[in-house]
Amino acid sequence: MLNLLGDFIAELRAAGIPVSMSEHVDAARAVQVIDLSDRALVKSSLAATLVKDGDHLPVFSTAFEVFFANRAFDSVADLMDGVEAQSPEGATGASGPGQAPGEGGGASSSMSAAELADLLFRALREGNRDDLRRAAAEAVTRYAGVEPGRPVGGTYYLYRTLRNLELDALERRLSEASLADQNTSDALAERLSRDEAHARIEQLKSEIEREIRERLVEDRGAEALAKSVRRPLPEDIDVMHANRDEMAQLERALRPLSRKLAVRLARRRRRRRRGPVDLRHTVRRSLSTGGVPIDLRFKPPRPAKPEIIVIADISGSVASFARFTLHLVHAISSQFSKVRSFVFVDGLDEVSQLFEGVDDPAEAVARINAEADVIAFDGHSDYGRAFLTFHERFADQLTKRSTILILGDARNNYHQAHVEVIADLKYRSKAVYWLNPEPTSYWNSGDSIVSQYAPYCERVVECRTLRQLEAFVGELA
Amino acid sequence: MSALDPREELAKRLGLLHVPPVRFDSPHEIQKLLAENDYLSDEAIASVTFLADRLAKPVLVEGPAGTGKTALAQAVADSIGARLIRLQCYEGLDESKALYEWNYRKQLLRIQAGRPEGSAEEWAHLEEDIFAEEFLLTRPLLEAITATDPVVLLIDEVDRVELETEALLLEILSEYQVSIPELGTVRAKQIPMVFLTSNNTRELSEALKRRCLYLYVGYPTIERERDIILARVPGISAVLAEQIAQVVRSLRTLDLKKAPSVSETLDWARTLVVLGREEIGEQDAADTLHILLKYQSDIERATKELLGRSKPVA
Repeated sequence: MLNLLGDFIAELRAAGIPVSMSEHVDAARAVQVIDLSDRALVKSSLAATLVKDGDHLPVFSTAFEVFFANRAFDSVADLMDGVEAQSPEGATGASGPGQAPGEGGGASSSMSAAELADLLFRALREGNRDDLRRAAAEAVTRYAGVEPGRPVGGTYYLYRTLRNLELDALERRLSEASLADQNTSDALAERLSRDEAHARIEQLKSEIEREIRERLVEDRGAEALAKSVRRPLPEDIDVMHANRDEMAQLERALRPLSRKLAVRLARRRRRRRRGPVDLRHTVRRSLSTGGVPIDLRFKPPRPAKPEIIVIADISGSVASFARFTLHLVHAISSQFSKVRSFVFVDGLDEVSQLFEGVDDPAEAVARINAEADVIAFDGHSDYGRAFLTFHERFADQLTKRSTILILGDARNNYHQAHVEVIADLKYRSKAVYWLNPEPTSYWNSGDSIVSQYAPYCERVVECRTLRQLEAFVGELA
Repeated sequence: MSALDPREELAKRLGLLHVPPVRFDSPHEIQKLLAENDYLSDEAIASVTFLADRLAKPVLVEGPAGTGKTALAQAVADSIGARLIRLQCYEGLDESKALYEWNYRKQLLRIQAGRPEGSAEEWAHLEEDIFAEEFLLTRPLLEAITATDPVVLLIDEVDRVELETEALLLEILSEYQVSIPELGTVRAKQIPMVFLTSNNTRELSEALKRRCLYLYVGYPTIERERDIILARVPGISAVLAEQIAQVVRSLRTLDLKKAPSVSETLDWARTLVVLGREEIGEQDAADTLHILLKYQSDIERATKELLGRSKPVA
């Protein structure tokens, strides 16, 4: 059965959102009781039944916009069976579905660049949604240069449109104009009008994005486009290849993640089985029962909190990964008896002191690059030399309770490996783990020498996403 | 596909004589009803509440603290004239606190009063007797199920219980029934509305999530926040409400330890009204920021970013 809802759910699953069978049934039931002509209602109903995690909502939202952008469905049958529902006149390039007011196509070309800029400014100034929508449509027609049939996700069109609109200047103009209206000049008013302008510009951006997406759907169909705009969930973003937006998403995801992890670990530690019988305490209790030890008392379990030593490569390619791991480990440092961190490129430096007394690990992580002295020669990672330095200066402080985490891709730039150092570190400590941010298939290719170090590590773990990192750290504590 | 209405299906399973009537006609009606009870909802909130009623499913409400998750349950209860039964979750919550407990003192009394003479029949009779509903202490969940007047069940901060305890909730959430080994299964006498709230301090189990509709309540948009202020703070001017909403939005974009919640915004608005302000000046903001922000480092950062000063004014 060709089933639009089914296709939509397949797309969600492909994007990584777990949708179970019973949730599918719920969604099918939900669309039977609601008014299908109300798109916002359809959207929130599907969200309520299919998505069970707030972090997944943006991905859902994108998929929904793509899938149901141009589809008008009036009956349940349309939604359950229809695939042909795309409007035939959509292909002419006019601005799509019924709710976009104003005819895009023909009229727009008559508008000059100055007029468009003027329209935009007025729309933003007054916060008029319809005008804004019209201006966005004009801007896309004029600047995006959408080429039919090209299998792209639209980021390039968006970039082209935004570049031509010179939004930064527009934003400045907006905030100055609104400030002039209020004829006050204190810092608060200034800041507020700046934020207001920024919010409006963001609104414009999302309008433009929507406009481009609608045109692409007309051009290539929802299923094909959904595949090109599909973005990974925050916990599945590859840390090493994240772009700036994704990096920001990761930053945001990291804080709740570390909090959750800390709660889980603390709970596990508290619930761990009790220690041996505490004789002294039991005898004391037995006095109230005439010397018969009815109520046994136990010693609290010995907290086996490991001491963590992080040695991280912070040279170019793997730097972001190292920062994330340092951030996470320090954010849950209450779960370890001690955390020390070292960073290296070809020299090595301790950075634990940066984290001391700092409330927010993100701040400390930001300072690492500026303050750590990690470059001894040419600034290319040299694992062997870094390990030698570490061994020389800190090896005597290792105990059987220390767990060493080494973060890096083991791309040694063909320097000497100094494997014997790692062997000695393993001997002195409880365990050595190696976290590698590269996919397993890249290991040992080129100048990567993971396999030389691997025999001396407890485990070498592929750690490309937050999900993998969380799983590993959870195991550790 | 059979077009059996989920409510009818559930009513049949529960053995209800007739299908309980739906509570709301449309999401718009919900928005209106909630607004009458001073709760300003948005489209998502209204439509999920609507679905919860139509599909007879519980709603799991998640979001940052102080965005009106608990207030939603209260407002829904008020708007349909139902009693709110609240179960506050905490670590260590167990069956006897959440579901039911045998009133063993009363059972003891019954045994002593009866004094069985030792014959096996009498004993069996007595045993049957002391495990009757009469000796059952109902706790919130069972109470919500057995109630005959309209009720709304609120299971608050469900993320605080342990993973194992969550399982206690599953039967009641999907089947609206509670199994008591000595007594049998107690089925609901009606289909109550159920809200669960979570602050997302830990991942809830798949089983629980699957049984619920999911509603994420984030910080409101600037327009909605302004309307909330206007609705909840008597005597506030529209200009001031707008300004407050703007300041709070700007604060939320800063990287703070704890972003101001809606309830803190309302506190701040009330303070400014009491102080008799019509507009927020820099000095007022600096003097009263501690109502919005709860950490010294946050206050310092906000003072610096928003007011362009390096030190907060004491």
